[in-house]
Amino acid sequence: MTDATRSATDLVFERITVTYPRASVPALDDVTLRARPRAVTAVVGPNGSGKSTLVRALLRRVAPSSGRILLGDQTLASFDARQFSTQVAVVPQREEVHMPLPVREFVALGRHVHLGAFTPMGASDKQAIAHALDRAGMTHLADRRTDTLSGGEWQRVRIARALAQEAPVVVLDEPTTFLDIAHEMSVFELLDDLAAEGRTVLLVSHQLNLVARFAAHIVLLDRGRVAAHGNAADVMRGEILERVYEWPLVVTRDPAVGAPALLPLRRGARRAEERK
Amino acid sequence: MNRLIIPLGVLLLLLSILLAIGIGAVPLAPDDVWFALFGQGDEQVVAIVRALRAPRVVLAAIVGAGLAVSGAALQGTLRNALAEPYLLGVSGGAAVGAVVALTLGIGTPTVVTLAAFGGAGAATLIVTALARFAGGRAEPRLLLMAGVVVGAFANAVILVALADAPPDRIRGALWWMMGSTADATWDAVWRSAIALLVFGGWLIVRARELDVLALGEEPAVALGADVDRAAQRTFLCASWLAASTVAAVGLVGFVGLVVPNLARALGAHRHRGLMVVSALYGGALLVAADVAARSIRSPIELPLGAVTALIGVPFFLARLRKLA
Repeated sequence: MTDATRSATDLVFERITVTYPRASVPALDDVTLRARPRAVTAVVGPNGSGKSTLVRALLRRVAPSSGRILLGDQTLASFDARQFSTQVAVVPQREEVHMPLPVREFVALGRHVHLGAFTPMGASDKQAIAHALDRAGMTHLADRRTDTLSGGEWQRVRIARALAQEAPVVVLDEPTTFLDIAHEMSVFELLDDLAAEGRTVLLVSHQLNLVARFAAHIVLLDRGRVAAHGNAADVMRGEILERVYEWPLVVTRDPAVGAPALLPLRRGARRAEERK
Repeated sequence: MNRLIIPLGVLLLLLSILLAIGIGAVPLAPDDVWFALFGQGDEQVVAIVRALRAPRVVLAAIVGAGLAVSGAALQGTLRNALAEPYLLGVSGGAAVGAVVALTLGIGTPTVVTLAAFGGAGAATLIVTALARFAGGRAEPRLLLMAGVVVGAFANAVILVALADAPPDRIRGALWWMMGSTADATWDAVWRSAIALLVFGGWLIVRARELDVLALGEEPAVALGADVDRAAQRTFLCASWLAASTVAAVGLVGFVGLVVPNLARALGAHRHRGLMVVSALYGGALLVAADVAARSIRSPIELPLGAVTALIGVPFFLARLRKLA
């Protein structure tokens, strides 16, 4: 891709193609992208464009028919399950509460690979958990049970669990679904902070306008292919987005912060405009 | 989880064993039972307690513990509170294995136990293959449906295989399909105890892995679990634990369903605590069920599996309503 310096914590998808069984077209078709440390990289695209398949391939729940996923210059296949989770923390898109636990114990599961069968948690584990709770803004709910949380609290607890892993790469699949504006913004700011501290942050999101403000690099997927990539100015263009999302829209400039902002139009409104 | 639940469970289990040994045609007071266990007191009482009643009651406790731990482990890996070895067809497979060994005339207790392990292993393979065939992948819901079918098929095989069995030579089809502790021996107790220690112990050692598996496939991978292998290992280990109980007392359903759900209601959610609590209360429950089986219509003995089904089916229905 670019000739910028490469790092051991670059997360690279290299020419990944995934076709689900009994599907006629690939869910991902020759997709290449690189998420770098010290930056938020965002994958955006309409429903069914392959965003979540990317995460599933990362978690090895689907096998790419070609291409490879690399961390630095090591292929993902060379990591065993434990090594993977010490390097990459993933917050999957959906997760049900199968096992109700106090929030602190749930977040402690993020320390799973650091613990043996019987070893009690050490000071570093406890510190990682307390820190993760704090950063996700969940310390005040640490003793609540996970089956009593609101949708937004549940999302943040899952983010806290991933933070407790203390991995240099963090991948989140739609982490702000169900979150109100304040909580959504605080998650984006948290991701921005994580990147500023040197982590590689890969975010799958529907929130184009927020992504445009926070992500250094945006990859737009359309039907399994990369339709555009680059910074917000490269990707947030009306003619590209209108074609990919198949909906009339305009891209303006956010009056307060100056970032490109997408505004979907009403179909009727455009027809009315055209009649004038 | 309340700290008192485990000591309370130990107490309940010991008390149920002591009381159960006292119940029978010759009623015995708990203190007589206690002394007789150590060979003191009336010679006849000592004989009744040590040779007849104690092995039966202790076997019931071990089998109850094993079934409950097996159910707890299966519910965790399949993330389905209705999973248990009986409903998953695993116990049925074990019984078929045992029955086949018996009808081939190679039915020494050790061979029967090993054949039950083989049958349980085959049943897990068939159930997994059926679920994959139906859904492309071994999804918990499909596994449960496949298990019910395999279990029904196993019962049919047992009936056919033992249709003309001479009652004096081998245990009848009813014994296998409904379970009984009536011909318990100390040998059977030791075999079951070893199986409980090995398989139950292994599951309890790996309990933290089960906690992670219970979160779901993708979260478990994200947290560093080798999901497919871990799930297979747990499934097999829980199946063999159930198979050891089948070899000892035949098919006893619903203990593996009811007890872990009760343990969760008592606040045990992490799998180590869940399995330990399940073992204690499962042991006590089956001891009580066994007492009921031999005293409700005394001197006629009811099949043990019939008693547990009478307890378990209403529970299953209530649980089903909650999940639906």
